[in-house]
Amino acid sequence: MSSRGNEAPWWVRHLLLLWALVFVVVLLVMPMLNVLYEAFLKGPSAYASALADRDTLHAIFLTGTVALISVAVNTVFGVAAAWAVGKYQFPGKSLLITLIDLPFSVSPVISGLVFVLSIGAQSKLGQWLGDRHIQVLYALPGIALATVFVTFPFVAREVLPVMEAVGNEEEEAALTLGASPWQTFRMITLPNIKWGVIYGVLLCTARAIGEFGAVNVVSGGFEGVTDTMSLRIERLYQGYQSQAAFAIASLFLLLAFVTLGIKGIIERRLKATIKEAVRGTGAP
Amino acid sequence: MSIDIRNLTKRFGKHVAVDGVTITVPSGELVALLGPSRCGKTTLLRVIAGLEDPDAGTVLMNGEDVTHTPARLRGVGFVFQHYALFKHMTVLENIGFSMRVRGRPKEEIEAVANELLNLIRLEGFGARYPSQLSGGQRQRVALARALAAKPNVLLLDEPFGALDAKVRQELRQWLRRLHDEISVTSVFVTHDQEEALEVADRIVVMNRGKVEQEGTPEELFERPKTPFVMSFLGEVNVFHGRAESGKAIVAGTETEFPDHPHGEATAVRGFARPHELDIDRTPREERSLAATVRHVNAAGATVKVELLLKDQQTTVQAHLSRERYQELKLQPGEAVYVVPRQLRIFVDDEDEPKG
Repeated sequence: MSSRGNEAPWWVRHLLLLWALVFVVVLLVMPMLNVLYEAFLKGPSAYASALADRDTLHAIFLTGTVALISVAVNTVFGVAAAWAVGKYQFPGKSLLITLIDLPFSVSPVISGLVFVLSIGAQSKLGQWLGDRHIQVLYALPGIALATVFVTFPFVAREVLPVMEAVGNEEEEAALTLGASPWQTFRMITLPNIKWGVIYGVLLCTARAIGEFGAVNVVSGGFEGVTDTMSLRIERLYQGYQSQAAFAIASLFLLLAFVTLGIKGIIERRLKATIKEAVRGTGAP
Repeated sequence: MSIDIRNLTKRFGKHVAVDGVTITVPSGELVALLGPSRCGKTTLLRVIAGLEDPDAGTVLMNGEDVTHTPARLRGVGFVFQHYALFKHMTVLENIGFSMRVRGRPKEEIEAVANELLNLIRLEGFGARYPSQLSGGQRQRVALARALAAKPNVLLLDEPFGALDAKVRQELRQWLRRLHDEISVTSVFVTHDQEEALEVADRIVVMNRGKVEQEGTPEELFERPKTPFVMSFLGEVNVFHGRAESGKAIVAGTETEFPDHPHGEATAVRGFARPHELDIDRTPREERSLAATVRHVNAAGATVKVELLLKDQQTTVQAHLSRERYQELKLQPGEAVYVVPRQLRIFVDDEDEPKG
């Protein structure tokens, strides 16, 4: 079957192609090149020293820590939620599915504000925490909490369709063969959903590292203490240190390309998993 | 190990899948649960395995109540219609799984798995993955995997349902031989009456969650207790008639019918299998039915003749031996007479098989 699109006049095709090219160059390529240009404007040594700044290094460390916490929490939650939703019927199931998606439909700034209001000094919970000298808001726990909330759906969303496609039969087989529930999960379920989990983790990581809005609200803006990478960029930029700001931004750029590369590989494996699960039963 | 199922009921929402079923599977026998789709046979099998919790009733194995024993402690081997092999494990790892989760030593696992690989005639396939096997090979691996756990009871859910006709035929003969060799108590679910009649020691016919009849293949085929069993186990011809005061008149013949001793008449149906019909050129006796030959299929061990009855405008099938056919030399369009040698008469009700 030849596609009907080929029958469009040559100038229409060329015009569409040109439009797409212009779009990509103006909106994607030029800003990216600009990031690199600004980052290296004062030479490689200035670039290196911008990244070696004590506060910047701390921001990188803080971002890494927060991303690690969010991924760990959301992987455990995501697999558990996908397991519950994918394998069992229970009342409130559709409500749970809707709730998993909630962070997608709430602006990150609002999510941050919700935390400020619920665990801030004015709230009951905040007072209780304050009485015990537990610092949550304007500290690492608060930043991690806000990030966990914002990245909440990623793993669950990716694992759920794989879980549903793979079905129950292999697990039932394992149970009748004498495997304990934990052995079944570890030896059968986990290998089957592996690529879904890895894909979700990747998306979750990327989102956690790049988060700005929610983190901005709960961090309190203590320089060198609660600044994550994205907050650090903003601070430097506002302080007319644009070269240093762009140097950190170039790290994001690098991360984006790494993520894209890994994503491509995982997506192929994930599709293969689902395809095999759907076909799996028939003859080869 | 014998299995006793007592008054078992399982519902899914409002649908009653299994409705007060009581059956016994004697130790060492191969029993078929036979019925149309959605008759509850698979649900019953899953309850025996412990994969479903019954709403009421008990499951006994060797007289011991296992109704609430988890599946993994029941010692059942379960073979799924779609094999359910572990996709990320090799054939050998699949077969060795039950021993691995029990913490058996590596050498033992390998030895037993290789032995089973020989039993299913897949020597040299141990390192392959399930996706590299044909459907028939996969099902044999699934069976070996179930046997590796040394089950007390083997349960098979439409084990050959996903295979093509030729492989299915081979595998069911192989299963029969295998069962004769290892004689582990086995229950298999099927909707294919031919399969059940060929393979099983005993058959339990199910319909709408209930047991219609239970017995040896011969008993069920020769002495069906309900129209459902009669029609489900093979081709039938139906003759309509009526019964009153302990007598039934069907196809021009009056017979004793103690099932309906009442004075008022009721509609009945008489069933005869195609091989139970005789064809004559002249009315042999007064109960002979006039008919016209519509179609003759002489290709096969028996000759299949389709006839149209004059009085009822119904079509009947008769199977003749080749000798009888050569004697008669039937041609389409010829007028002949049909005599049912045997009629099984049942009072009319709605219990027709749908599948």
